[in-house]
Amino acid sequence: MGLFLDTTFTMDKPLVVIIAGIIVLIVLAQSFFFLIKAVQNGKKMGIDKQIIRNTITGSALFTIAPAISILIGVVVLIGALGGYVLPWLRLSVIGALTYELTSAASVMEALDINVITSGSQYVTVALVMTIGIIVGIVAVPFVCKPITGGINKMKTKNNEWTELLVSAMFVGMISAFLGFIFSDVLSGLEGWIPVFIMLISATVMILMGVLIKLTKWKVLENYAIPVSMVVSMLCALPITQAIVG
Amino acid sequence: MKKERSFIDNLHVWGKVWGLIAAVAIISFPFLLMVIYQTGPNWKGLLNGFLAVVPMFWAVGIIEIFTYVPMIGVGASYLSFVTGNITNLKAPVAMTALVNAKMKAGTEEGEVITTIAVAISSIVTTFIIAIGVLLIVLIKPVGTFLQSEAIAPVFNNVLPALFGGLAVVYISRNWKLAIFPMVLMLVLFIFIPFLNSSTVGIMVPVGAIFTILVARVLYKKGIVGTKYQKKGE
Repeated sequence: MGLFLDTTFTMDKPLVVIIAGIIVLIVLAQSFFFLIKAVQNGKKMGIDKQIIRNTITGSALFTIAPAISILIGVVVLIGALGGYVLPWLRLSVIGALTYELTSAASVMEALDINVITSGSQYVTVALVMTIGIIVGIVAVPFVCKPITGGINKMKTKNNEWTELLVSAMFVGMISAFLGFIFSDVLSGLEGWIPVFIMLISATVMILMGVLIKLTKWKVLENYAIPVSMVVSMLCALPITQAIVG
Repeated sequence: MKKERSFIDNLHVWGKVWGLIAAVAIISFPFLLMVIYQTGPNWKGLLNGFLAVVPMFWAVGIIEIFTYVPMIGVGASYLSFVTGNITNLKAPVAMTALVNAKMKAGTEEGEVITTIAVAISSIVTTFIIAIGVLLIVLIKPVGTFLQSEAIAPVFNNVLPALFGGLAVVYISRNWKLAIFPMVLMLVLFIFIPFLNSSTVGIMVPVGAIFTILVARVLYKKGIVGTKYQKKGE
C-alpha cells in the first residue's frame, strides 16, 4: 500500500516498471501461444518439419536488424520523454516509432513542456499515446473475420484474381517504400545515400539468388534477406563517411 | 456429431480472446498511472493531444487493417496489431516466410507459416528491446553508443536495406504490375516535401489501392495473372 501512497514524482517507479513488465509478458505469452499452436497444427497438417524449422530460424534472423533499429527508437523516445518505462512498453507492444514519437510530441506541445515533470503530465502523455494508436488492436477482433471471409468468397468466385489482388497489395507497399527511399534525392548527394544502400541490398540479394541456384543450397533462402540487409547496412558507414565526411 | 473447427477458425477464437486480454492490459496502463500518481490528466492538454493525433491515426489504423489482414493472414494479423511495427517488420517477415516456404497466403498451410514467422519475430523483438533497455538503464554508455554518430548511418538505413532485398524478390515476380505504382510513388515522394519517413505509412494503403487498380486493368487485358506469375517464378 505504501507504494500507492508515494506521490513523489519519478517516471520509472518500481511499481510502474512491474506493471509495464506484466503487460509485456502478457503480449509475449500471446506470441508463444500462437507459435506453439501454429507449430502443432503445422505438424498435424503434415508440413515438413524442416520448413517449420527454416521459418523459425529465418524469421528470427530477419528480425534482428530491424529490432535493433526499434531499440534505437526506444532510446530516441527515452530522450523525448525522460523516462524508460513508457518507451519500452510502447515499442514492445502495439507501437511504431513514427506514431509514438508524433503522439508524444503533439501532447507535449499541447502541454507546453519539453520534459515530463509531474504525474498529471505523465498520465496525459500516456493516455494520448495509448488511445491515439488503439484502433488496430480494438478493431481487428471485430473486422478480421469479415475481411478474411470476404477474401475467401472472392477466392471461390475467382481464385486467380484474388491471388493477384493480395500480391498487388504487397507490391503497392514495397512501391511506397521504394518511393520513400528517393524522398531526399533533390537535397543533394547526401540524399542519395538510402538509394545506394537499397541498390547494394538488391545486388547482394541477386548474388545470393545466383549462389542458391548454383550450389542448390535451398537452406540459404532463409538467410538471403538478413545477409543483404546486414551487408548493405554496414556499407552505409563508408558511404556516409565518403559523402558527408 | 460436432464438426471440428479448422485451424483458421481456431485462430479467430484465440485472436479475439488474446486481443481482448491485450487490449485491456494496454489500455489499463495510463489508468493505473492515475492510481499510482494519484492524479488525473491535464484535460486541456489531453483534448488538444487527442485532436492532434486521433483523426489521422485512427483513419490510418482502419485503412491499415484492410491493407494488411488480406496480405499476412489471420494469425499474423491478430499478433501484429498487438505487437506493432507491422509495416517495417511484421508484414515483410510474414511475406518472406511464405515465399521461402513456397506457400500461398490464405491457405491453412500459409496461415501456419505466417503465424510462426510473426510470433517468432515478436518474441525476438521483445527480447532484444528488453535486453537493450536493461543495458541502457544499467550501463549508461550503451544508450550513448546507440545514439552515437558513429553507428547512426547503419541504423538510419534499415528500411532501404530491407526493401532493397524485398524488391528483388517481389518486383522480379510481378514486374509488369510494379512499374506503374513504382513510378507514381517515386514522383510523389521526390516532388512532394510532405512525404517523408513520418508519412510513408499513410502512403502504403495509397500504393496498395493504386496497384490493385493497375492489377485489375492488366488482369482484364490478360497481361498479368496466375499463368504469368508461374512463368515468372
